[in-house]
Amino acid sequence: MAKEMLKGNIAIAEAAVRAGVEAYFGYPITPQTELLEHMSKRMIELQRVFLQAESEVAAINMVYGAACTGVRVMTSSSSPGFSLMQEGLSYIAGSDLPCVVVDVMRGGPGLGNILPSQGDYFQITRSAGHGDYHPIVLAPSSVQEAIDLTTLAFDLADQYRHIVIVAADGLIGQMMEPAELPPMQSVRTNRPDWALTGADGRQPNSIASFYLKAEEEEAFNQKIQNRLHEIRDAEQRFVEYYTDDCELLVVGYGSAGRIALSAVQTARDNGIKVGLFRPLTLWPFPEKRLSELTDMIGACLVVEMSAGQMIEDVRLATGGQIPVGFYGRMGGVIPMPDEILQAITTHCRQLKHGEGAFTPLERVNS
Amino acid sequence: MMTTTLNETSTLVYERPHSLAACNTNYCPGCTHGVAHRLLAEAIDELGLRERTILVAPVGCSVFAYKYFNMDGCEAAHGRAPAMATGIKRVQPDKMVITYQGDGDLASIGMAEIVHAAARGENITTIFVNNAIYGMTGGQMAPTSLPGQKTTSSPFGRDTILTGYPVRMSELLSTLDGAAYIVRRSLHDIANIRKAKKAILTALKVQMNGMGFSMVELLSSCPTNWGLEPVEALHWIEHNMIPAFPLGDYKVIAEVRSL
Repeated sequence: MAKEMLKGNIAIAEAAVRAGVEAYFGYPITPQTELLEHMSKRMIELQRVFLQAESEVAAINMVYGAACTGVRVMTSSSSPGFSLMQEGLSYIAGSDLPCVVVDVMRGGPGLGNILPSQGDYFQITRSAGHGDYHPIVLAPSSVQEAIDLTTLAFDLADQYRHIVIVAADGLIGQMMEPAELPPMQSVRTNRPDWALTGADGRQPNSIASFYLKAEEEEAFNQKIQNRLHEIRDAEQRFVEYYTDDCELLVVGYGSAGRIALSAVQTARDNGIKVGLFRPLTLWPFPEKRLSELTDMIGACLVVEMSAGQMIEDVRLATGGQIPVGFYGRMGGVIPMPDEILQAITTHCRQLKHGEGAFTPLERVNS
Repeated sequence: MMTTTLNETSTLVYERPHSLAACNTNYCPGCTHGVAHRLLAEAIDELGLRERTILVAPVGCSVFAYKYFNMDGCEAAHGRAPAMATGIKRVQPDKMVITYQGDGDLASIGMAEIVHAAARGENITTIFVNNAIYGMTGGQMAPTSLPGQKTTSSPFGRDTILTGYPVRMSELLSTLDGAAYIVRRSLHDIANIRKAKKAILTALKVQMNGMGFSMVELLSSCPTNWGLEPVEALHWIEHNMIPAFPLGDYKVIAEVRSL
């Protein structure tokens, strides 16, 4: 397949189609609507299921129903819509079902705005609904990565019978850049043995997230926790740049990570020993590698398009051994490379003052 | 499964429908959920649908319905059974998909989902059990509670100035073009139970023939939370509920009449 100019939202939709998604349910919301629109055409052309639901609440519960039948199913939304989906996500988690959800994040809280943001980190990674669980969360920083991670999302969902969220932002969703789509996978025809397909020649299957007895609910929760441990061991993904000799490590994901790379490259040109660590999985957070890097660096600078949410995971991974600074923009403001470069320069200057003199800058924006 | 041994002179006149699981239920004595379950199971048996039916249970007293029926089933979030059923039906249009919902589930928290499933003409069947109260949580005011009805959250009686009026779901849904068959029946006596069974059979045939959304509303008793003896509760349906929720056929499209 050759590279072509693709808009992020459409690339994600088409990647899902080619990953063999059999059913899509969604509700329009900016900045992800092109994803739903692409599905409304392609899924019908391919005689698969597309349905515009009456709300995000209904959409995720339609996903829940379709997931019960063992098909590859997805929905997509943006922050306020994702908030509405938390109920259904919790039931899906409580029923051990696979599904893929795309969140093209926008500014909040409340109605916020339609501009790019990373303000959903907490609500996506911490549980995405009530109860003890985490979805797997994948964070693309380019249209190509959005395609690749969407393909991966369906495989991980099936492999672990788990919710996988592709956490993009309005920038990834709306921008166009050259990218290559994978070949079309055929839609699966076999159904897992737990699927609700009618009890024909077998005992009835039932799917529920309901355990009245505390011991039974605890046993089910333990099963989830065991699976989460397995995922945490096997699926931590990240990309790192200039980490061989860096004194300051910038940590950023998605669009913020990509913009930070420009700043890091300029800083390198200026002789500053700075590197970049860009998580691809937000849950499981790539704590093992970041923990290793902690022994080799003097400080971290976390860059986010939020007030600082992933920074908590960076602090946990670095275990208080090094200072962790922060630079963020909120409300849909995209940080520019020169702002991040200034934050890098300031942090490095403070590092050079020696141990103890470092004061992490919580806010550097003017 | 219970086995019944018949000798040469005896005749089997009554048994558990194959579509009902051989287990005890959590329903209170005198509650008509059991009657509703049996009617639905008999209808599924008679039409030979058990092996291709998927039941979507609600949140409410019938939350365990997916265990009480001997068929594939699942348990939806409160009010979302029509959306969950939509997801199941759209990917498996050859299967029969049934939601079983109470009045709090369907007429309050799930109002949007049931209205839009009906408006889309979603080819599913809903059994709507209306007992004018929240049973599972212990007898609070429901969207179908009658004016003046005392509940644990309307201890002075439902005050229509403060809390409005009962929602009549069959009438409301019958205005939607996607609805093919919407009727209200009652479970308070034998004659009405027989009519309810016939309506459930028709509703399932509507789905079998791909005619659109079908719903049978069943006026049902809740002796425990109404504070009445079982027989008094049946009288209460007849004398208090039916005047507020008249029995009848609210939407029967022409094609259904020819079934």
